[in-house]
Amino acid sequence: MIRQWIGHFIRHIDSILLATVLMVLVVALMVLYSASGQSLAKVNAQLINIVVMLGVMFLVANTQPQHIERIALPAYLLGLALLIAVALVGDISHGARRWLNLGVTKIQPSELMKLAVPIMLSWYFSKRETMLKTGDYLVAGIILLTPVLLIAKQPDLGTATLVFAAGFYVIFLAGLSWKFIFGSAVAFGAALPILWSMLHDYQRRRVEILIDPSQDPLGAGYHIIQATIAIGSGGSTGKGWLNGTQSQLDFVPERTTDFIFAVFAEEFGLVGCSLLLLLFTIIIGRAFMIASQAKSTFSRLLAGSIAATFFTYCFVNMGMVSGILPVVGIPLPLVSYGGTSLLTLGLSLGLLMSVQSHKRLVATD
Amino acid sequence: MGYSTELKNHQNEQQKFKVRLVFLILMVLSAFSALLGRFYYLQVFRYDYYQTLAENNRISIVPITPNRGLISDRNGIILAHNFFVYTLEITPSKTDGLQDTITELGKLVEISATDLKRFKKLRAQSHTFESIPIRTHLNEYEAAKFAVNRFRFPGVELKSRLFRHYPYGTLGTHGIGYISRINENDLKQLKENNQLSNYKGTEHIGKAGVEQAYEADLHGITGFQQVEIDADGRAVRVLSSASPTSGNNIVLSMDAKLQEIAEHEFAGRRGALVAIQPKTGEVLAMASMPSFDANLFVDGIDFDNWNLLNNSPDKPLINRSLKGIYPPGSTFKPFVALAGLESGKRQPPFTISDPGFFTLPNSRHHYRDWKPSGHGAVDMRRAITVSCDTFFYGLAVELGIERLTDFVRHFGFGEKTNIDIQGELSGLLPTPAWKQRRFKQPWYMGETVIVGIGQGYTLVTPMQLAYATATLANNGQAIRPHLVNAIVNAKTNQVKLLPHTIADQLNLNPQNLEIVKLGMMDVTRPGGTAAAVGANAGYDIAAKTGTAQVVGIKQNEKYNEKLIAERHRDHAWFIAYAPAEDPKIAVAVIVENGSHGGSTAGPIARKVMDYYLLGKIPVDPTAPTVAPEATVANAPEVEEEPHD
Repeated sequence: MIRQWIGHFIRHIDSILLATVLMVLVVALMVLYSASGQSLAKVNAQLINIVVMLGVMFLVANTQPQHIERIALPAYLLGLALLIAVALVGDISHGARRWLNLGVTKIQPSELMKLAVPIMLSWYFSKRETMLKTGDYLVAGIILLTPVLLIAKQPDLGTATLVFAAGFYVIFLAGLSWKFIFGSAVAFGAALPILWSMLHDYQRRRVEILIDPSQDPLGAGYHIIQATIAIGSGGSTGKGWLNGTQSQLDFVPERTTDFIFAVFAEEFGLVGCSLLLLLFTIIIGRAFMIASQAKSTFSRLLAGSIAATFFTYCFVNMGMVSGILPVVGIPLPLVSYGGTSLLTLGLSLGLLMSVQSHKRLVATD
Repeated sequence: MGYSTELKNHQNEQQKFKVRLVFLILMVLSAFSALLGRFYYLQVFRYDYYQTLAENNRISIVPITPNRGLISDRNGIILAHNFFVYTLEITPSKTDGLQDTITELGKLVEISATDLKRFKKLRAQSHTFESIPIRTHLNEYEAAKFAVNRFRFPGVELKSRLFRHYPYGTLGTHGIGYISRINENDLKQLKENNQLSNYKGTEHIGKAGVEQAYEADLHGITGFQQVEIDADGRAVRVLSSASPTSGNNIVLSMDAKLQEIAEHEFAGRRGALVAIQPKTGEVLAMASMPSFDANLFVDGIDFDNWNLLNNSPDKPLINRSLKGIYPPGSTFKPFVALAGLESGKRQPPFTISDPGFFTLPNSRHHYRDWKPSGHGAVDMRRAITVSCDTFFYGLAVELGIERLTDFVRHFGFGEKTNIDIQGELSGLLPTPAWKQRRFKQPWYMGETVIVGIGQGYTLVTPMQLAYATATLANNGQAIRPHLVNAIVNAKTNQVKLLPHTIADQLNLNPQNLEIVKLGMMDVTRPGGTAAAVGANAGYDIAAKTGTAQVVGIKQNEKYNEKLIAERHRDHAWFIAYAPAEDPKIAVAVIVENGSHGGSTAGPIARKVMDYYLLGKIPVDPTAPTVAPEATVANAPEVEEEPHD
């Protein structure tokens, strides 16, 4: 009986995804142990985060996509209401209004939107299935841009960009016309000089530093210089676990969170980096495969968006740490220390697994 | 049929989806290849380079502070510059026994009580690992003496620091401003503006005037050296460096000599003067007397000097030209006159017969003229010339408070002039709505009466009055006043001229303007209230005198009968522009407790105009200028009396 129950539970788990994710997590814990100055406390804390994440993943994997479709609109509206509440009465910290103080706990509604927006859009397109018109993309644009602008206004440009990306992938996969995509890209490119001329000097400087941190060697550029030295000195095979001088000697900033990849690259070298990239590629590839096999529009779009968003996180984080992309505060999925990021990942992975394991049910339903 | 279309659409959408997925997969592969390429470049191709950097363990990044931009007057006279001085500095965390160290140091070079006080103050604001100056401005001998004994003083260093210096001390301080040490508030501000890293190594920041308002231009861009450090933290070699970019130089519109004459002519009295070029809005002089020496603030003002300045009943720290608010008194009349003419209420040949007072209908209350016997037959031009109160009482009532204030607002009354430095006050142009808000009381007709002569609730700053005068001189075109003419790039010497901004444009009837202008010209001619000011000028001056009852700057000094008595006297106003036909300068002067505008404020304006228009320098610039009493007696100063 119990065995049957467990079997029922387990069969919704995608073994390929789970295996790869677990491999990355093992590596992540090793790197965290090294990066934190061999702090077992930090590793234990992250272990708890991982347990929570896996729990969430199992639960969501066992939930039918139809149930998730049903919460799309309420979750989105709740998130929107919370964002408006934040704009009106949110707590200010570091000059930005991002948190909602519920007395017991503080919540950051923009985090919720990272998943609520793609779910909402997937649901919307699935409702309009087979009769999509231009106007539908317009509505989708409004669904997407409302929360994005609210988040951007907080201001939290990093999160706003990510929420936008997650939603945009859905719209893109739903078949937004190439003409429109290229048209907007060209229009945006053409408008750039005008936008640029409208900025204040200090705003321009901020953008310049974002694009080229070496202009600010005492501020943001410092991180990049130190991180680049860490990566480069790792060589082809790395200095070995716990032997990264750059990271052990405090030169790499934020080395358990956003810059943890620099520690990894220093200690495991090009070989390690390639393997990690491979693991990420497998996760993303598997996610795309799940999307392509999905039987409903909702599942298909959601899975595709999750896969692409996961890729975006990986690429932007590693690109930033290795100095080819501007410095924005984005964690490396599964590797960076922190509970919120893992929780969102648990949800995403669970959704993917749910899509994969319920496709037969959907088909026969 | 509908079914088959749907099916087709369905397949179509799925097909589309697959294409899109392939596109995304290609994107992932190419992006990850780029990353892999980057890792290869860093870890294989440039491995040796990074390996060396990491091996030698570490680089440290040392900021190089940029030179602060210079400030000069319109003719290139330097008003703020930098020079190197030796300073003796202590890092508390590196010394054992701070008190002993200071005592021992005192035996070597002189350390005054003032030095000690400043050191204590700075220490309270600093971290223990920061180096704090205990003595500045060491001479070569003192520097050498310490250098020889350096080994005895761990944690004490001889440094060469760039100091800001204001060569003319008190001259124009309220406009130029000053720099002082960066405090917590500044740090917060810099952080918000994302400027913090550019201020690494910088210890000073503009705190007032142009130094504050143009901080972003003056500061420059901090350079850096990437230095390799050995295990003991000593610099081994410089890996790379970027020179700092000096701050841009600033050219003021101020004429230093003119400013000097203006300040000198106050001869110890309190007050303010603002001189503006009407056609460009350039502020030629902005004096607030008494002034103070900006150099005192550069490295943290010491306690005694601060107390002296801050507690002085003369309030030298307050910029009276922007923050001093006074009733405009009779200087308000030309603007009320224009309102009357433009509205058509007082077109020539309108004349009143002034009995020496004015009464409202159904009231027996007398609003007295300053001249008890009255001025007889008075038309608009003469009303300005002799400053006839009765004429303006009646005009104000007929215009009504709303129409009056709506019109004069165009001259900048009741609003900030938006001059390019901070801290300006807006004065007050009262309206019934304002009174309701402020006092929860209705507006009374009697209050309109006295607004007509610039009394009552009306308040102006000297800057506002100069601006209004300049606007009048410029036939109704208001140009925003500014203290800075140009910003000069320190690197390229490229000059960026700041544009003149038209703030308001009144389309006035030339005939109406002419009447007011002629009235004001008559003010400085025999029979006018400031005939002495215009005597032998060699150019025509259009002017107006005025008196402000003592309210102005809050004075919270202790009760002192002698002091109060002197300080109860009225403030003297004088506004003017010249040459009247083609105005090149507009001036507003207030002398606090100066009683009579024509005799105390007027001569100061005259000296300023003489210099600006004729290049005439007062005969003995060191001797206090004495007002020629005799001339004043010939043309008696005529002013209204305080009102009830």
